[in-house]
Amino acid sequence: MALSESTLRVALYEGTGAKSLSHEKRFETLKQLLAQGCSVRRAADPGDIAVWIGDFESGGGSVEHTCIPVAQEGLSEAVEASRKAASAAPAGQWKPWFPVIDYDRCTNCMQCLSFCLFGVYGVDSDRKLQVQNQDNCKTNCPACSRVCPEAAILFPKYKAGPINGDVVSDADLEREKMKVDISALLGGDVYSLLRERTAKAQSRFSKERDADKALAERQKCLTKLAALSADIPPEVLASLPSPEEIARRAQEAAAKARAALAPEN
Amino acid sequence: MPAPRILYCHCQYAQVLPKEVKDAVLKSLCESGAEFEAVADLCELSARRDPLLKELAAGGPLKIAACFPRAVKWLFAAAASPLDAAATQICNLRVESAEAAVAALLDPSLSPNLPSGTNAPQK
Repeated sequence: MALSESTLRVALYEGTGAKSLSHEKRFETLKQLLAQGCSVRRAADPGDIAVWIGDFESGGGSVEHTCIPVAQEGLSEAVEASRKAASAAPAGQWKPWFPVIDYDRCTNCMQCLSFCLFGVYGVDSDRKLQVQNQDNCKTNCPACSRVCPEAAILFPKYKAGPINGDVVSDADLEREKMKVDISALLGGDVYSLLRERTAKAQSRFSKERDADKALAERQKCLTKLAALSADIPPEVLASLPSPEEIARRAQEAAAKARAALAPEN
Repeated sequence: MPAPRILYCHCQYAQVLPKEVKDAVLKSLCESGAEFEAVADLCELSARRDPLLKELAAGGPLKIAACFPRAVKWLFAAAASPLDAAATQICNLRVESAEAAVAALLDPSLSPNLPSGTNAPQK
């Protein structure tokens, strides 16, 4: 689910009625505005942007837009006031860690959806995988990306490729497979069979594994991930839900995946 | 074809872009006199499905100074604002020098480099 508020958009204005800024002043002002989480257009024509920042010759504002003097001591406070007036997103109050799906690579196998215990993934009305609850994602945990057999899940803030969006090489794919064979951990070829949508696959999946087995599988998987990739934060492992909750969520995820992969009537 | 617009991402909320590179690029853009858009963090705009992304994606040729092209492509797509592959060039500040990135951004010609498919090379 996307966060509802937009960022505050401002114009760094140097057009008619305002003086040009020195390079240094322009740079420092831009850095300050970016640090405050603003989106800034530096252009002679700010278009429909409502908040203009510049060295205005006459000062003040107008009906169409608010003018904030760039030299003003309280620039930061004035920007914050504009943010509140526009009901724009507060600076920094979002979590810069969530998965992004590369649909050129994603095969809709639902392994990430089945694996994630925090309900980050779901499916759209076309039963296509999507990120639905990004705020549920555990900061610095790339576990779902590790279990993706196609390296289709990105975390742009991650330190290394291909999870950070770098090119996926054949060697990367082999390495991912060696780290965790999630398919095996989750019951062999059940997912590939499901993708083939055969009656046999439906029958097999309908014999859902019991809760204890589901729990054991995820514990085994997380332990293996932690040991091999060393980048699953301990706090993520420590904050895992109770065994009962894991089992419940695992069943929910399996049901979601089954519904998404089942043939349409 | 109109001149490409420039979008600069400051990657404000993580230290994945080298500070000296992103500061040097921003400073050069400020010194150039070019018009550009600067955002605190593209990831945030994607997470918020900020309408600015749609405006940028639909506005014609675009050069983006940010991170890996594959990440940028799918950040826009996640915000229901897919980039035009034929009209988008990404400068990857995670790996490019500031000088190379600035030269590419200020060059009036466009060299589209969005990846497509599973193993397309990225520049």
